Amino acid sequence: MLEFLARLFGREESSGKQAKERLRLVLVHDRASVSPHLLEMLRVDLLEVISKYMEVDEPGLEVNLEHEKDTVALVANIPIRRLKRQGSKVAH
Amino acid sequence: MPGRVLVITSGKGGVGKTTTTANLGTGLAIAGQKVCLVDADIGLRNLDVVMGLENRIVYDLVEVVEGNCKLRNALIKHKRNDNLFLLPAAQTREKDAVSPEQMKGLCEQLAAEFDFVLVDSPAGIEHGFRNAIAGADEAIIVTTPEVSAVRDADRIIGMLEAHELFSPKLIINRLRPEMVKRGDMMDVQDVIEILAIDLLGVVPDDQAVIVATNRGEPVVFDEKSLSAAAYRNIVGRILGEDIPQMDFEPESMLEKLRRLVPLRFSRRKAN
Ligand SMILES: Nc1ncnc2c1ncn2[C@@H]1O[C@H](COP(=O)(O)OP(=O)(O)OP(=O)(O)O)[C@@H](O)[C@H]1O
Ligand SMILES: [Mg+2]
Repeated sequence: MLEFLARLFGREESSGKQAKERLRLVLVHDRASVSPHLLEMLRVDLLEVISKYMEVDEPGLEVNLEHEKDTVALVANIPIRRLKRQGSKVAH
Repeated sequence: MPGRVLVITSGKGGVGKTTTTANLGTGLAIAGQKVCLVDADIGLRNLDVVMGLENRIVYDLVEVVEGNCKLRNALIKHKRNDNLFLLPAAQTREKDAVSPEQMKGLCEQLAAEFDFVLVDSPAGIEHGFRNAIAGADEAIIVTTPEVSAVRDADRIIGMLEAHELFSPKLIINRLRPEMVKRGDMMDVQDVIEILAIDLLGVVPDDQAVIVATNRGEPVVFDEKSLSAAAYRNIVGRILGEDIPQMDFEPESMLEKLRRLVPLRFSRRKAN
């Protein structure tokens, strides 16, 4: 009963909602701890796409996941050597 | 055309993989499909007792793979349904007695003969799991609406993708409507939202499942129980029928409507 009252007045979330919220957070981290292999594949793909528009310093390209409290951000550091001229992009 | 090979898996143990495999297989056979159940839980076989076929085992999966007996001779026909067969796991062998390549070959052989091959996966993400998924072209993930089970299901979805088994379907097992109603269990929507995969169906927590397992007769044979209805719906969906999800809310509007609508029809007829 006390528990019910507490819930009614918004002091405590239901355990079902707590479960969902905790899962959401733990999965953000589980999913973000993707294998280095996946990150490497992403790095290669990114390089390919960006190279269509500008010249990238390949060995300097870094891709990482940065964990905050309840979010994860994909952070890429992409040093550019040279921008391609407008219109020089090859159509394919 | 070869049959469909479905693996039933979960990550976390004890959430209902074997129960699901037994009931979906039996349901499919009742629907007229030729079905072979494969117990891939080597060393911890259980599908035989859930199916009530434990006394008929002569050969097992490992003996077939090692070439010590013909596949045909290892298959056990169900006593109540001629469409339904079981390939039992070995009980006294190590999990690595079989390789993923061998499992793949076995599933191909079975798919040539059966409409459906259902593979009951062991818990975990190790060798036994890799064996179970090796020959599958579709995956069904079983979870209960609990934090640890859903978390492990999420991990399994990732691992299935890594093995090129995409878009698995979800079965939420042991849902307790009264707990959901008072907010003490995640509801179906919560779990789908978290896992972001398609829902194949929901099976309520049902004592009839335990009674059926005691008897060695899958609950889907029991016409009256709610879980049997849930399994039959899932079977229909696997066969491509468009069956709406069941509503387990104890006294929901929908239930009331369903009860009232046929009543009105019959009254009208009587007039
Ligand atoms: N819907 C249900 N209602 C009530 N009991 C259930 C339900 N589903 C499964 N059970 C019970 O839960 C227990 C575990 O089920 P089961 O053996 O199918 O799980 P499993 O995932 O195959 O386990 P393992 O990981 O050990 O192979 C059994 O005792 C079974 O009877
Ligand atoms: Mg099992």
